[in-house]
Amino acid sequence: MHENPRNMTQGQFSFLPPLTDDQIKAQIAYAIKKGFALSVEYTDDPHPRNTYWEMWCQPMFDTKDPAAVMLEVNECRKTWGANHYIKVQAFDNSRWRESVAMSFIVNRPKHEPGLALARTEGPGRTMQYRVHSYATDKPRGERYK
Amino acid sequence: MTAEAAEKLPEFFDLDGEFARSNVQEVLDKLDRELVGLAPVKQRIREIAALLLVDKARRTLGLETEPPTLHMSFTGNPGTGKTTVALRMAEILKNLGYIRQGHMVSVTRDDLVGQYIGHTAPKTREVIKKAMGGVLFIDEAYYLYKPENERDYGQEAIEILLQVMENNRDDLVVILAGYANRMEIFFQSNPGFRSRIAHHIDFPDYSEGELLNIAKLMVEKQQYKLTSEAEKVLKDYIPRRMRQPHFANARSVRNAIDRAKLRQANRLFGSKNRTKLTKADLTTIEAEDLLQSRVFNAVNPDK
Repeated sequence: MHENPRNMTQGQFSFLPPLTDDQIKAQIAYAIKKGFALSVEYTDDPHPRNTYWEMWCQPMFDTKDPAAVMLEVNECRKTWGANHYIKVQAFDNSRWRESVAMSFIVNRPKHEPGLALARTEGPGRTMQYRVHSYATDKPRGERYK
Repeated sequence: MTAEAAEKLPEFFDLDGEFARSNVQEVLDKLDRELVGLAPVKQRIREIAALLLVDKARRTLGLETEPPTLHMSFTGNPGTGKTTVALRMAEILKNLGYIRQGHMVSVTRDDLVGQYIGHTAPKTREVIKKAMGGVLFIDEAYYLYKPENERDYGQEAIEILLQVMENNRDDLVVILAGYANRMEIFFQSNPGFRSRIAHHIDFPDYSEGELLNIAKLMVEKQQYKLTSEAEKVLKDYIPRRMRQPHFANARSVRNAIDRAKLRQANRLFGSKNRTKLTKADLTTIEAEDLLQSRVFNAVNPDK
């Protein structure tokens, strides 16, 4: 059994140390080679199951080079990087798949307060558990300050 | 650099070997074969290839190098091969390892400039992102700048382009193309552009002989043949066409050949043996296919 990480995990590589820019580029290059459409998204509502984040730019369908996606990642970091999560997604539009094929976090806020386990007692003393992010105790825009 | 890293550097650099590996000779030969004339252009391409190879050699031997700026401007009259050369340029730069993908994105003002406030920046960035790793070819670039309207959105596209040309030099090469005199005005009013462009290449007009060679190459490429009379007529046709208004060098020649093909097809339909056409019938362009052209109409050549 591994120890649960203190920080939010979601998508690929999130149990690893943060990816370097070169590693991110290599992943993007792989996605482009596979013909996926890449997009950049950000959020300050961290939850492992929160998959619908804000779109940073339009999805990039016909970029040929990782530098183009890195351009958007860096722009997004400049605007939201200090207190938001940013992820890169790769959408595979080939028949029968038609879904997100890759998703990995490329930016985390400087300080992550972490997640708590909250218990709710249900009928017949049943116990339900939920994951709660300390950050979401504050309203949007005031988190991670 | 640490002493340890310096020790590992090779002592020699095999310029010949690297040249052979880069396949540049192949591309240059193809350029010579398929593009008639354009001596100054080919010369400059050779120089750029040499510069990039020497740059690589310097890097290999541990000398200080700064990636050269390769943004270019192609000026010349219509039909002098600017787009064709830009395509080749992408191929050459890819072989030399200067750009990573080797594709070319060809755009005009419409693709870069938006129609309302806030539309231009995302549109321009979209195009730039598509071109990354390759060559961005901006045809008739002077349309970007409209001095008569100071609120024109073209200025915004120019600013974004300038920024990318400076900051993302390793990621894409921008080639501006247009007619010489209008490009001159464009550069005068946008000095930032002129200083960021290292190579100003002028495409000369073709001579009669070169145009004839181009015509022959085109005919051959499309698997047609000229009869010897047709060739004579073509030789007569070219100087006549050159004197006419709206002469567009190789493009006019191509149009002339396209029309000859049209007349050939029509002639075949009218011919007696149209039920048993041979390969030779289908590939031969006769003198009469060219003679019907309006430039031979001596009475009113402008019509």
